[in-house]
Amino acid sequence: MRKERNVDLAKWTGPKRPYDLVKELVIALLVVTLLTVGLSALFSSPDEPAVTLQEWANKAPGDFVTTTVGELAGTTISAAYGAPYNNASEGLKLGPLKLQKMAGITIPVYPAVDFVAKPLAFSKDVSVLAALAQWKGASSDQQVKWANDYASAIEKAGDPAKVAATDAFGPVPTMASGLLTLAQSDVLDGLLTTTVTPYPSDFTKPMLFLADGGYFDELGAAQHLHGDQWGMMNETGSYPGQSWLWLFSLWYQVEPFKSSENADAEIFLWIMILTAAFVFMPRVPFINRLPRLIPIHRLIWRKYYKDNNL
Amino acid sequence: MAQMWTTRLRKATVEKFEPQDILPDDQPSYVASFIYVFGVLTLAALFVIIGSGLWLTTKGAIWWHSSSIGHFVNSMHLWSVELFFVFMVVHLWGKFWMAAWRGKRLMTWVTGAIAFLASVATGFTGYLIQWDFDSQWIATQAKDGLNSVGIGSFFNTLNTGQAILLHVSLLPLVVGLIVIWHVILVRRHGVVPPLDAKEISGGAM
Repeated sequence: MRKERNVDLAKWTGPKRPYDLVKELVIALLVVTLLTVGLSALFSSPDEPAVTLQEWANKAPGDFVTTTVGELAGTTISAAYGAPYNNASEGLKLGPLKLQKMAGITIPVYPAVDFVAKPLAFSKDVSVLAALAQWKGASSDQQVKWANDYASAIEKAGDPAKVAATDAFGPVPTMASGLLTLAQSDVLDGLLTTTVTPYPSDFTKPMLFLADGGYFDELGAAQHLHGDQWGMMNETGSYPGQSWLWLFSLWYQVEPFKSSENADAEIFLWIMILTAAFVFMPRVPFINRLPRLIPIHRLIWRKYYKDNNL
Repeated sequence: MAQMWTTRLRKATVEKFEPQDILPDDQPSYVASFIYVFGVLTLAALFVIIGSGLWLTTKGAIWWHSSSIGHFVNSMHLWSVELFFVFMVVHLWGKFWMAAWRGKRLMTWVTGAIAFLASVATGFTGYLIQWDFDSQWIATQAKDGLNSVGIGSFFNTLNTGQAILLHVSLLPLVVGLIVIWHVILVRRHGVVPPLDAKEISGGAM
């Protein structure tokens, strides 16, 4: 007797076919393991060595000094960042919401002090220590003026090596070259990571400093890793990377996000909305009707529909 | 008298489960498409990820940079993750076109979607703890998005120690529990019948 009922809800009592789930899992595990071993043997995995402050200071000393002066002037990305590192700016906004600022300064980083002044105290060079003392004894307005004047001179000359140190720049040139010496001798990397314990696991300070400079940025661009090159979903080399982040990276490539000052916050909110829609897709009008409107299910269950003349 | 929450929990879970539904030796006749393989392939890839991840964990965070065996195990970890996401995305699309949330299977879809999101977070923290240029770049790029909405105040992508602990402890636990929940729901409700299916009661066709 044919009997129609809500088969979606009830336990299936119609015809069945043998199906060994354990066997299926064991075969799948074997296939995936072999596939993984094969792909690993063929393509290996990327391992581009990490960049150190020492490498930066040796390969691009001009950029290192320019960035150091920027830290002292408060003009670099991290010096002007805001929360969670400092109160230099209000951070990004979502309309009236200042979520970045509201979350507070939980990872205090004050670049002029943390990246430059504190490490310089470990210098063995008396002229550097004297310059540091002069810097510490000056007013903050004077400090910024020295640093800005030196930064302007560097920008005009195009290279710190072409700028002669004068009294107008105060102790800044000596401090910058002193930090360069510390970095080139591999001391600075350790000084920025071992303030809490000699066994480092937190690289916030050296990484913020490194990312403030042009050297690290150029390495990323050369590896097609910039935000406008689909950013962090890529990996070095020709590896697939985190391709599942394509929907996140996509919005950085298109307007109005692409040119927005608050792009990071706006894209994050937009992704949260899309994520909620994805999780609750079965309740999203129209989208939840697409499987009926576009009958791909006729392909998936073609045998069933054929056998039942549906 | 109101039942204890433990009683209610038991009745809502294990007592609703018929033992023969856990690992049946048959399936409805409509379970006859290649698309059904992708769920179990995703699960198999997850096992390979866990296996290679445990191997890397026992040897330490930077072992794979100095050992050819370690590099191969790292490669296995990477490629099993890539396969995992490919299988999972195909599985998700398949379930979408089947409208597999029908018949009180909403939570099956929701847990599957959350498993995908938790896997993205786990994969992301994995990329942060490679101790190489890739992890440096990803950490410095990703921090701005997280900082912009306040998350960076609690999760610092530049703190490799925090990322590694999240990657090898908390997040795999979350993924594991959600996947177990998802699989239990699949077994509990069975495979969704075809759209507009008409069942023939009591016999084979």
